[in-house]
Amino acid sequence: MNFAEITLGHYLALSSVLFLIGLAGVILRRSLLIMMMSLELLLNAANLALVAVGRFQGLPDPQVAVFFVITVAAAEVALGLAILVAIFRIKKTTAADQLASLRF
Amino acid sequence: MEPIFFWVLAVGLVVSAIGLVAFRNPVTSAVCLVVTLVMEAALFVTLEAYFLAVVQVIVYAGAVMVLFLFVIMLLDVKEEARQRPPWAKVVWVVAIGGGAVFGVPRIASLFPAAAKTLHWGQGKGGGSAAELGRLLFSSYSPLFLATGVLLLVATVGVVVLCRKDPES
Repeated sequence: MNFAEITLGHYLALSSVLFLIGLAGVILRRSLLIMMMSLELLLNAANLALVAVGRFQGLPDPQVAVFFVITVAAAEVALGLAILVAIFRIKKTTAADQLASLRF
Repeated sequence: MEPIFFWVLAVGLVVSAIGLVAFRNPVTSAVCLVVTLVMEAALFVTLEAYFLAVVQVIVYAGAVMVLFLFVIMLLDVKEEARQRPPWAKVVWVVAIGGGAVFGVPRIASLFPAAAKTLHWGQGKGGGSAAELGRLLFSSYSPLFLATGVLLLVATVGVVVLCRKDPES
């Protein structure tokens, strides 16, 4: 690995590492709140890859895509947290393994 | 200059992301998320995406974080009880993560485009609000309108979901 020259590959590797940490958070944690924060981390890792590719290829379009991703993520967080609050009202918990009422 | 910025931000990003996943107190996790988002905004600056860096700080580190902290406050979430870590899952995650850390640069090096280096000021630009706005309001204007509808629907949905049921 070359430390003095930053290439597109470096940005992509960093983005994949961030994505994996976020994925680990979604899989390993039980709190729905932390799972949603990890989801934000996933979206941000994808954003980083998009911006890096756009810059190194000289395209402005990926930045527009990132703009839309940020907008949709904001809507997603608002809706997800609203659902979380509704679940908490009924179940009095935010632990994912307590929410098994749909299980056979 | 660029390598120093990149490595400092990369290490900070990974450390704060691990903190977000590992801390048991949700408020600490939220603070780690703020650090992660701000550092990513700094990375956007090094990638000459200035407008996106500003949007990232305003929307993510501002609005989304306030939402998270408000919900933590409303729900009065306690520290998660100490549990035995699910070692089998941890081993899987570490194995896949290690494979990615070593594998992705290898796979990327198969493509000549991934070895490209661009120094500051050599990019084609396109990161300013003016250029992004021109794209948004010309070729992407249908998507932009759809985003407006999406935000309206999300707002109405949140209000409906959070309303107390009048019958109960």
